[in-house]
Formats: sequence, C-alpha cells, structure tokens
Amino acid sequence: MSAVTTSFPNTAAGWQLPSRGKVAMAGLIIAESAIFTIFVVAYLFYLGKSITGPTPGEVLETPIFYTICLLSSSLTIHMAAKCLARGIGFAFLGFWLLTIALGGLFLYGTAEEWHRLIYEHGLTISTNLFGTTYYSLVGLHGFHVTAGLVMLLTVAVLGLCGRIGIKQSGHIEVLSMYWHFVDAVWVVVFTVVYVLGR
Amino acid sequence: MSSNAITIPGTQIQARPWVDELHQWVTTVDHKRLGILYILSALLFLVIGGVEALVMRIQLMHAQNNFVSPQVFNRMFTMHGTTMIFFVAMPVLFGFANYLVPLMIGARDMAFPRLNAFSFWLSFLGGLLLYFSFVGGSGLYGAGNAPDVGWWSYAPLGARAFSPGHSSDYWTLALLVSGFGSIGTAINIIATVLCLRCPGMKISRMPLLVWLNLVMAGMVLIAVTPLSAAQIMLLIDRYLGGHFFDTQAGGSAVLWMHFFWIFGHPEVYILIIPSFAFMSEIIPVFSRKPIFGYPVMVGATVCIAFVSMSVWAHHMFTIGMNSYANSFFAITTMAVGVPTGIKIFNWIGTMWGGRIQFKTPMLFSIAFLFQFLVAGLTGIIQSSAPVDWQLSLSYFVVAHFHYVIVGGILFALFAAFYYWYPKMTGRMLSERLGKWHFWLFLIGFHLTFDVMHIPGVLGMPRRIYTYEPGRGWDTLNLIISIGAFIQAIAILVFVANLVISYFKGARAGNDPWDAWTLEWSISSPPPAYNFATVPTVASRRPLWDLKHPEDPDSRYE
Amino acid sequence: MKIAETGDSTHLGVENGRREMSVPKMESSTVRFLAQTILFLFWSAMAVWAGEPTRTSPHGTNIFAPASTPAKSIADLSVFVLVITGIIFVVVFALLVYSVVKFRGRATDAGREPAQVYGSTQIELAWTIIPILIVVVLFLATARVIHAIQDAPEPTGSVQVTAIGHQYWWEFRYPKLGIVTANELHIPVSDLSHPTPTFLELLSADTDHSFWVPELGGKTDLIPNHPNRMWMDPQRTGVFLGQCAQYCGTQHANMLLRVSVDGPEEFASWVRAQQAPAIEDAGAIAGRRVFESNACMNCHAVDGTPADGRFGPDLTHLMSRATIAAGAAKNTHNNLRLWIQDPSAIKPGALMPAMKLSDADLDSVVSYMETLR
Repeated sequence: MSAVTTSFPNTAAGWQLPSRGKVAMAGLIIAESAIFTIFVVAYLFYLGKSITGPTPGEVLETPIFYTICLLSSSLTIHMAAKCLARGIGFAFLGFWLLTIALGGLFLYGTAEEWHRLIYEHGLTISTNLFGTTYYSLVGLHGFHVTAGLVMLLTVAVLGLCGRIGIKQSGHIEVLSMYWHFVDAVWVVVFTVVYVLGR
Repeated sequence: MSSNAITIPGTQIQARPWVDELHQWVTTVDHKRLGILYILSALLFLVIGGVEALVMRIQLMHAQNNFVSPQVFNRMFTMHGTTMIFFVAMPVLFGFANYLVPLMIGARDMAFPRLNAFSFWLSFLGGLLLYFSFVGGSGLYGAGNAPDVGWWSYAPLGARAFSPGHSSDYWTLALLVSGFGSIGTAINIIATVLCLRCPGMKISRMPLLVWLNLVMAGMVLIAVTPLSAAQIMLLIDRYLGGHFFDTQAGGSAVLWMHFFWIFGHPEVYILIIPSFAFMSEIIPVFSRKPIFGYPVMVGATVCIAFVSMSVWAHHMFTIGMNSYANSFFAITTMAVGVPTGIKIFNWIGTMWGGRIQFKTPMLFSIAFLFQFLVAGLTGIIQSSAPVDWQLSLSYFVVAHFHYVIVGGILFALFAAFYYWYPKMTGRMLSERLGKWHFWLFLIGFHLTFDVMHIPGVLGMPRRIYTYEPGRGWDTLNLIISIGAFIQAIAILVFVANLVISYFKGARAGNDPWDAWTLEWSISSPPPAYNFATVPTVASRRPLWDLKHPEDPDSRYE
Repeated sequence: MKIAETGDSTHLGVENGRREMSVPKMESSTVRFLAQTILFLFWSAMAVWAGEPTRTSPHGTNIFAPASTPAKSIADLSVFVLVITGIIFVVVFALLVYSVVKFRGRATDAGREPAQVYGSTQIELAWTIIPILIVVVLFLATARVIHAIQDAPEPTGSVQVTAIGHQYWWEFRYPKLGIVTANELHIPVSDLSHPTPTFLELLSADTDHSFWVPELGGKTDLIPNHPNRMWMDPQRTGVFLGQCAQYCGTQHANMLLRVSVDGPEEFASWVRAQQAPAIEDAGAIAGRRVFESNACMNCHAVDGTPADGRFGPDLTHLMSRATIAAGAAKNTHNNLRLWIQDPSAIKPGALMPAMKLSDADLDSVVSYMETLR
C-alpha cells in the first residue's frame, strides 16, 4: 500500500471540451438512425413481395405539400435558435411557434393520408407486407415527430411564461438538433417510400 | 442539574434508520451507488441464472432422464440465456463502467446523473418483467409461464401461431425496456468521456478502461437498437396483425435472423471489450509495468468494433445463404481474430520482463488469457463455414461461447471484483477465500467446458431436453454436470467472501495495489464528490508520475 | 501452404461427358496424417471410454467418421483448421507459461520496479502480419470447400427427395418416384465411379428445423418460405443417425432421423414396396373403420384409401419403419398402442391429440396399423 499526496499541478487554462448536451443528442441520433435503418431495410426488402392487396403504386400519393411544411420547419427552428442566441426573444418565440405549426401540419397530413388509405383503399397494417412495412416506417417517423412536438410545445409554454432566455440557448440548440434529425429521416423515408418504392 | 445534556451539532454520530438508508439508495443519482446497484442486481440474476443452468445439467446427466418435463427444460434454456446476457453481463459491466469511468477521468459524476439512475431502474425493471412471466404469462399450448422460444426467439417460433399466450411477450418487452436503459447508459458514458475529462487528460492519455468503455458505448448505440427495432416488429406482428416475419404472407424468417444477429454479434463484443478493459488495467499493475503497446491496444479495439459489425451471419451459416455470402462472412470472422489476437500478445508483452505478483486478481487474469486464447481459437475453427455446417447448433458452439463468456468475461469480472472491491468498500477481500474461489471455479469450469466440446463433435445438438443413449454422449454429459456443481460451490465461496470481507476484511487504504490511475488517489470508499480538487494529469499513469518524480511517464509519451 | 488442385482430386466419375463432381483433396503432409491419426484415436478412445460403441450398426454421429463426400471434405478441412489452430495454441500457450514462470515476482524484488517498457513497433508489426497470413491461408482452404459443396451440379443419376420439416417429424417425398413417407429416409449407396447421389430439397410446414446426419454431411436448415438444397453421396451402406438441430418447439429433442443407405437392389425393392398402395387386409376391416371414422384421416394418409390427410405422417407403409414418432420409440406393438392411446406418454408436447379410444377400438386400430407393411 502506498499513500500518495493528492496535490496535482495547477489546472491548465484553456481546457475546452465539447458540450455534453450536444454529445448526448448526437449519441441519441446515432442510436435512432440505427433503428430507422432497420425499418428502412425491411421496407426495401419487402418491396414487391406482398402476396395480395394494394401495391404502393396503386394507392400512394406523394405528399409534396406536407413534406415542404416539415422541411421548412427545419429552417424556422434554425432561425429561432439563432434569434435566441442573439437575445431576440420575440423573434425566437415567433419562429418557434411557426415550427410547431408546420410540424403539426405535417402530422395532420399524415393523418389525412392514413385515413384515405384505410377507408378508401382498405390498406391497414395487417393487409399485406406493404401495409405492415409502410405503416411501421411512416408511423415510427410520425411518432418521433410527435415526441418532438411535445418537447417543442413544452418550450413554447415556458417561452410564453418568459422562462426562455439567452442562457437556455444551448438547450434550444440541442433540441433543434433533434428536430433536424427528424426532418433528415423524413427525407430518407420519403425517398424510399414515395420515390423508390413506387 | 437536569440530565438533559445539550447536544452540540456535529459531535453526535447518529445511525441512520434503515428506511432512510434504503431511501438514499433507491433515489440515488451518484454514479458510485448506481454502479454498485447494477453490480448487486447482476449478482442476484447470476445466482438465478445459475440455478437454471443447474436444473438443465441435472436433466442432462443421463440419457432419457425425467428430472424436468420438456416444457420446463425449454423455459430453462430460454431464461438462462436471456438472463445471463441481458440481466447479468450487461448490467455488471455497466455497473463497473459507471463506478470507474468518472473516477478514472477525474470527474465528479457521470454527465447525466438522473439519466444514469433512470437507465439503471429501466434495466432492473426489465429483469423483473422477464421473471414475472413465471407467474403472469402462458407458453406454448397455454401450458403456462416463462418464455420457451430460446433467447433468440427465431421466427416463426416467436409468432402468435406458435407461441400463443403472453410468455413470449414478456421476453420481448423485458428486452425492449432494458434495451432503452442500455442506450441511456451508453449515451451517458460517451458524454462523460468526451466532455468531463480533467485538464490534461487528452483522449490519448485516458486509461484503457475508459477508452474501451467508450468504444463499447458506441457499439451499444449501433447494435442494441436493431434488436429494439426487431422487437417492435415482432410486437406489431403479434398484436397488430403485421406480417414482418409471417412466412404465410410472404414474410421472411431469415430477415429476423439477420436483424437479431446484427444485434447479437456486436453484443458479444460489447460484453468482451469491457472485460478486455479490466485486463488492461489489472495485468500491468500486477506485472509492475505499463501496458505494452497502448496505441496498438486502442487501435485494435476500434478495429474490432468496426469489423465485428460485419460478421453477424456466421451465426447463420446453415440457413442456406449462397456460397459468396458464406465466404464473405467466413473471411470477416477470421479477420476479426487478428486484432483480437494482437491484444493477447500485448498482454503477454506486458507481463514479459515484469515482476508478476500472484494475487487473486492476477490469478483470474492469467486464467483469462489462457481461456480466451482457446475460446478465440474455437471461434476461428467455426469461422470456416463448412466446418461450421457440422459444428453449428451443436454442443461445440455451446462450449465455445461459454468458454468466452465464463472463461473470458466472468474470469475478467472476478479479477475486477478482487481488484476494485477494496476501492468500493474500503476493505480487502480475503486472499485465502479468493484462492479457494479461484481454484474451485477453475477446476469446475474446465471440467464442464473443456469436455463439452466433445459431444458437439460427436453429433449432439443443442437445446435438447434429453438424448438417445448409445451415441457416446452419456458419460460426457455426466462429467459436464459434475463440473457445473463445482462451479456453483465456487460461486458460493465468492459470495461468502464478498459478505464476510465487507465486515471483517482488512482495511484497504487509498491504494492497496500500488496502482497508477486516478481512482487510487482518493480514499476507499471515495467521498461522494470524488475529488476535492479536480486533478490535472500529464501522462497516462498520473500516480506513477507522482510516485516516481525522477522517471515520470510524461517524459516518454 | 498451398492447396493441391490437380492430380489428387477426388473424382466421382464422368458419365456421358457430364461434368464430374470433384472436390480437391488437401495436400497430404506428415503433419496432417499425424493429426488425423491422433484425432481418430482420440475420438475412438473417447467413445470407448464413454462406454458406448462407435461403429455398431447403426452408425454413430461422429463428425470424424464421414461416409459421404461432403462429410469427408468437411472432415478434411476440419483437420487442416485444427492443425493450424493447434499450432497457434501451442506457441501462444508456451509464451504464456514461460512469461508467468520466468517473470514471477520474488521477495528479493521488494520495492524495485522492473524496466518500464512501453511497446515495440517491430514486434507489433510481426504479430499483425503473421496472423493476417494465417487468415489468408485459412480462407482459401475454406472458400474452396464452400464452393465445392454448395455449387456442386446435380448429375442426372441422382435421387431427388423433398424433405418437409414439421413439428416434430420429417416428411419425405420422392417426386419422381411417387413415394411419400416419413421420418426414415432410404437412399441408394453411391459408388465413386458411378455416382448416384441424393439431392434433397428442404422445406418447412411450420417453424425452422435443421437436417443433420453428421456422418453424411453438414447440416442445412429447413425454413418456411425459404427452400434450401443439400446433397449427399454415401459410400457405405447401413443406417445413419441424426436429428433436428434447430430448436423448433417442445419436442425438438425427439425429431430424430434415420437414413438407411441401401445397396442398389435393396433400394429398388424398397422403392417398389413404397410405391404400392396400402395392403388391403380383410382381417383389419374393423380397425380401418375405426381409423376412418375417428378423424384419424384428417391428419393421416393411407394410399389407396379415402384417408388423405397431410398434417401428420403418411401411414401407408408404417410397418416398414423401425421406429415411430420420429424415432422417439421403437415400432413395436406395445409402443404403437401406447402412442395411439396417448401420444404425450411417449412425446409430451407432440401435436397428435389423444383420441380417447376405447380399448376395443384401440386394439382394432392397432391391428389395422400393423397390416400397413
């Protein structure tokens, strides 16, 4: 056994390490990307393999408008984060609420599409392989949009109560990373389902 | 004068009521306590999983035995495998990582203490869910309780049609829940290592344990999530009428296998890499030399992490992939043996020229080296796909992976226990009981798992609750079972050691092993805040520099 | 270490200019011969010591007693791989033992630390390059055997069998010969100069199974919606044993295989017997009536009668089989009776229900079964 004095040399100045919020969100994004990859692989693998039922070409309509909504919400959340970093609270809140509205519109669009598929074309998750993989993939994405919207709404409420200031801009950036991720996933899902899949 | 003396605050030591103590433990966010909780819960499940193994070994002692029914036996191997992987190995390794990583990087806690607690309790809940199946579920043909589909739950056996009732769902949900816990811990480890290192501790100066847990955490993010995805798909099949793995609707049973093994293979590297981490800390200290080839050890580990993502279908050599696919997975599997072998050579290089001290941690480490060598080589034997067409799904595979998991991971864990128990509790584990534990376990282990390779070569498949006499398997199985009981006794000795030494062990002091990483610079057990002042380091072995100011590592790095 | 390709090839003969099936033999070396001998002695010793016979009839299930070309090439490759890994083991183990003995700390050391060596680039290079070379060699040997076995073309003299896995029995159909049977496979012995291999198509009716008869070849899985193909050309007659190797449910352990490799005349007469419809025995009318009115024919087929169920094994020539319940019991009067009375007495978890027949019905249906030769 030996005793060691715990007097270490003086703390070096300029020791900079990344922000833990950003690193953690990057980790979460990596993990979620892996989950989505598996669902995308299943979707692609099962293309053309359904034994019965409607095919993608017969029933899918490309949701261009709602896609534009979602993708522009990335722009608005980016603007919101920038405004907050510069301390312009009002603009931040404006862009933030716009983001929520655009995200909400996207979800509405998904709901509308699902309603049409179910009631007009009789396509459900249990109809055939296409139904299973389509609803799972788009649904998983929609679930992530919903989770994101819940967080965005929470921030909106806090913001309206005046609790979000320049000090929270780090947290807002982390949240916007998540939102950008959700949009990036939609680009992939959109390409796989509506472009390649038909 | 009144006998009511005035108590001066701070001079009275009050024993806290046990309810209070329990409350502290249940609500803790301290990485050290959470680490210990992980380890204790893993020990609990280790004993349970061990009992399941013993039940199986009793049943297999003789041909056509009827100690248990086939239904019970099938539940036993399912639960044993699931428990050991998800509720023993993962938690105990996360527990050590939790305890040690912040200490080794000079930090006061993990990056996200509350996420840490949440991840632990999720993991523990998963274990409870799995075992609740014994009372809540119902298995094949409604014959009651725990899942019996094997720990891989191959499609379509896991489908509603072949696993009615809820037993299979307990399996799915338990793994889904604990999987999310694992992802939480992995994110925490990565954030801690990247963001909380003390000044001077560049990435190239981190202890190897920290490096290897960082790599492991990265792998968890990419490998555990495919399992979660597959579990979600299975639930959709079972409850929403989905057809992911429904072969009658054109679905593919092979797709489940791919998804499962894309998780399953990296998973075993997720388990072995922290074990390598223990070896890389313990072997240098008991050889009295630094690790041989630190940069190569890091590089080899990163290499293993990447290559191990490309070998998964070596678990599927018999499913009928074409010859090109079989050849591909054969060569990637052989390739991953190269960096792994390099690590073994570096450990031997560390001992070479040293002054080896045969304390209990080192005994387990030396046994690890020998056993992991054998395990790796039986892996290489199976990497040759045609050979695997014979050996796959037989007791040879069972022997191989137990050699890795028990002979490798568990031995490394025992070494870690003996090495860090003094730091965690302030007491030394008994060397005498340690040596009894070691030798008993070694003998039992080899009796069981060396012999177990032979029935495999003689044609005995796995997952069978009984077998025909006259195949040459009878005596071998008896010997294997005897070895299992010897291991069980050794575990009891170990548990006794843990308990007795807690109360009677010699006081450890800060640094009982004369080691070199930061955790040995503070008291045993450490104070809640770890470091009174955040240390600054100038080399990979800060305490070596302090103890040998005339010859510090910083001069050579 | 190069693998010899010509001259030593094991040719299976050429017929009418068709491509021969050839699997290159490994280059003979003293090391390999020694290893094979040692292995053979070792396994024989193990089996004898274990108290069980090795080569009685039926044959055993020893990977190192191959009787068919795929099994032989796998056994040869295994020896090769074992020799290489054995050498690696001996070398590294020796280093390990040496370092532990030579560099053990002594009491006289107290306090002094040895030289602190951090690493050596040359040594690292050496023990990186050598393993890579070993991997290359192993891979080449492996790839060769993979292709030889998997991509072997099917000669026209081959027998074709479709094997369908069920929970917990094997259905065997010979599509070109019009035979349907269960659990016990009969195939002709194959002569290397005039090969008559058997090619199996592997399907499944429910979960995953795996066809494994170690002395005749490696295993291949039977997976629903994923047909597989394997072949074997046994060069010795006799009965070869095996069993299902992929966990398929409760009675996975009792899904045994018996492969009877017959000489050409034996095989031809077996085929003729199996092709014939069920023997009509007037003395078994009562039993047949029990069979046909008790829902037995929902699951079972008896060729030449209205019974045409496919869920359970075909019973047309039940008495030509040595065992029942996929090998779980010998095909004797008492076992047959017990099986029909209550399948779970022999195979708990089997999917055949107990039909709760009266003793009289039971006896008569057993008599009927016993006429189905």
